[in-house]
Amino acid sequence: MRPAEQTIQPKTSDTLPPLSTALWRHHHVLDLDDFSREEIELVLDIADAMAEVLQREVKRVPTLRGRTVVTMFYEPSTRTRASFELAAKNLSADTVNLDATRSSVTKGESLLDTLRTIQALGADIIIMRHHHSGAPYIAARYINASIINAGDGWHAHPSQALLDIYTIHKHLGGLTDRKIVIIGDITHSRVARSNIWGMSTMGAKVVLCGPPTLLPPGLKEFIVHCRLSQVSVETEIEAAIKDADVVMPLRLQVERQQSGLLPSLREYVQLYQINGPRLSLARPGALVMHPGPMNEGIEISPEVARSTQSVIEEQVTNGVAVRMALLYLVAGGKSS
Amino acid sequence: MTRILIRGGHIIDPSQNLDAIGDLSIKDGKVEWLGTHNAALPEAETVLNAAGLIVTPGFIDLHCHLRQPGFEDAETIATGTLAAARGGFTTVCCMPNTQPPLDSLASVDYVKQVASTEGYVRVLPIASITRGRKGLELVEMDELAKAGVVAFSDDGEPVSSSRVMRLAMEYATRLGVPIIDHCEDKGLSQDGVMNEGWVSARLGLRGIPAAAEEVMVARDIRLAELTGARLHIAHVSTRGSVEIIRHAREKGIAVTAEVTPHHLLLTEERVMGSEPGNNTLFHYDTSAKVNPPLRTRDDTTALIKGIKDSTIDAIATDHAPHTLVDKLCEFNIAAFGISGLETAFGCLMLLVHNKEIDLITLVSLLTCKPAKIIGNKFGELGTLRPGCPADITLFDPDREWVVDSRTFASKGKNTPFEGQTLKGKIMATIVQGKIVYRDAALKLKTGKA
Repeated sequence: MRPAEQTIQPKTSDTLPPLSTALWRHHHVLDLDDFSREEIELVLDIADAMAEVLQREVKRVPTLRGRTVVTMFYEPSTRTRASFELAAKNLSADTVNLDATRSSVTKGESLLDTLRTIQALGADIIIMRHHHSGAPYIAARYINASIINAGDGWHAHPSQALLDIYTIHKHLGGLTDRKIVIIGDITHSRVARSNIWGMSTMGAKVVLCGPPTLLPPGLKEFIVHCRLSQVSVETEIEAAIKDADVVMPLRLQVERQQSGLLPSLREYVQLYQINGPRLSLARPGALVMHPGPMNEGIEISPEVARSTQSVIEEQVTNGVAVRMALLYLVAGGKSS
Repeated sequence: MTRILIRGGHIIDPSQNLDAIGDLSIKDGKVEWLGTHNAALPEAETVLNAAGLIVTPGFIDLHCHLRQPGFEDAETIATGTLAAARGGFTTVCCMPNTQPPLDSLASVDYVKQVASTEGYVRVLPIASITRGRKGLELVEMDELAKAGVVAFSDDGEPVSSSRVMRLAMEYATRLGVPIIDHCEDKGLSQDGVMNEGWVSARLGLRGIPAAAEEVMVARDIRLAELTGARLHIAHVSTRGSVEIIRHAREKGIAVTAEVTPHHLLLTEERVMGSEPGNNTLFHYDTSAKVNPPLRTRDDTTALIKGIKDSTIDAIATDHAPHTLVDKLCEFNIAAFGISGLETAFGCLMLLVHNKEIDLITLVSLLTCKPAKIIGNKFGELGTLRPGCPADITLFDPDREWVVDSRTFASKGKNTPFEGQTLKGKIMATIVQGKIVYRDAALKLKTGKA
């Protein structure tokens, strides 16, 4: 059921400006593969309004008063969890944080039983982080509460992709025909997978770059099958980064070397680290982004991470506004 | 002993090149008489009017999982063999991955004993190759062969050591029993959960490359050549495997192969729960999680070609029932397997109706060809020749039905065909002269005429 268009509220210091949510049609947010350009633009617009709230002295609006938002994290997370929790609190929702790494889950309760319990406790929105790809899809299939995917395995991380898009949008005025390079461990990256969808929907050219052992087998066929003609794959960093508008190295987990996917971290640094000389191949003033947490000195040099081109901290700030926008939209745009 | 007469059916028995309307009588558990229609009929206490139906030798499944002992919540010999009967199978060969595994005389005898009292169809146990299916020490193969195991296989935990496999094959040469291998290089498949390809790339799931199967098919064939053993390749799923097996057969190596209905019909896209081309609305459908995984259209095409040119000898279900709990969970941790006995025939008939394979070929892959792999040790199976066990299947090739797992006899409701309309329905199954399954629409006439 799609919510009716939001009625206009008077703009006062503790409420939101009038926001039209007519285009919104998602009960759940699982990935960006089913988002239209208009829907992504709607998220960006509303995130702008939320960013304005975040500038206020009292960073809180009553929009989700009386709603219960549960964060359910099956994986350790600092920034995503804090970001969602703050976003929910800024909207005056009641929040419950469930650390599934040390709850009844460890006593053998199944995912679905846990979800049903949370729903029975009255959750309206469940924000879910899970180490297995696809876990939120089971939730969405069997649970009435809205599910927001806060990262599932290697598969998707839609709120991260949206905040990436929002950040680029703010700096470059749009993504159309912009060249965005995502570098590193593409195989295990849910950020890359969601950005493939979101950024190409927004008209960007996305280049995925990494050593062949960190590109998922079947990647090129995936691009062809899903008609993602804006997306390409490149193993040579210099070619990938040339004239790029955005450079986004991904976290390289040390375990990748231990599991044999890389000969050594040293060689990875030599071949793929984003450092000053490599960044100079990009367009002047190209944005440097990172989904975090960073391994400075591995995928990114400290100088680049701290350079004026880096918008890495701003991504984190924007994340709260984007997640407020998502919660607002998923809740049906209705105020209490 | 009473006589059963099957009247007016279309008898297809590839073992005797029989394809005609006729009548058949059963007495003392054996086929008594077979004749063209309207010949002088013997008197019978029970008459099955088979007009409009096809009558064939009972189907033989070289590969299924009955889960007993050890996993009775997923299946028992009673429920699994009733599922077999409903699927038209009169003989099933059950895999040894039970708890305890079928690696000793005691456990094999247990299965045989339960099957003889609770089973609806003939059960031929497959013993493991190694103790505990650990790939290290051979089971007492001679004793088990004498006890009546039909083959040896470590199935889902295939023997990784080439040396152990070689020794097993060598040892088996004097037993006249095949070695069945689930060909998978576990180092290469490495915790993969679906086919390695565009869908796995999209879904962020670890893939199992076709090569994980093919390198083991090639290894096993080399070892069969080296030892002279009889090798049977389980559930072939890739084009490469078909090509390797075809080449080996041309060289005269004693290798046979089976394929499952799901590998013939479904492809990796099924994991998304949607049709190809529909990029949205997918979910991670664990009913399509199976090992070997569902592959690509190119592979299914090659498998059908392998059937047509006789590279592939048999269709086996790899019936793998699981509880709801084992399937209703995250895709990565869901159990592998499809409950296949009750849908196999209806699914396969889709291929016949689509003119991808012909009916006589299909029947031979379910009857005389798998019978040849088993040999005559358990009586002459897969034929309607008079004097042979009266294992008979009657089906209506055009009857439509909708797959509803709630009606399955199997405890395993895990099917990717749920809700699908299939065309081709088993109407009766007869094992050693006894009707073990009959569709309510098939009327019986009993009492002296």
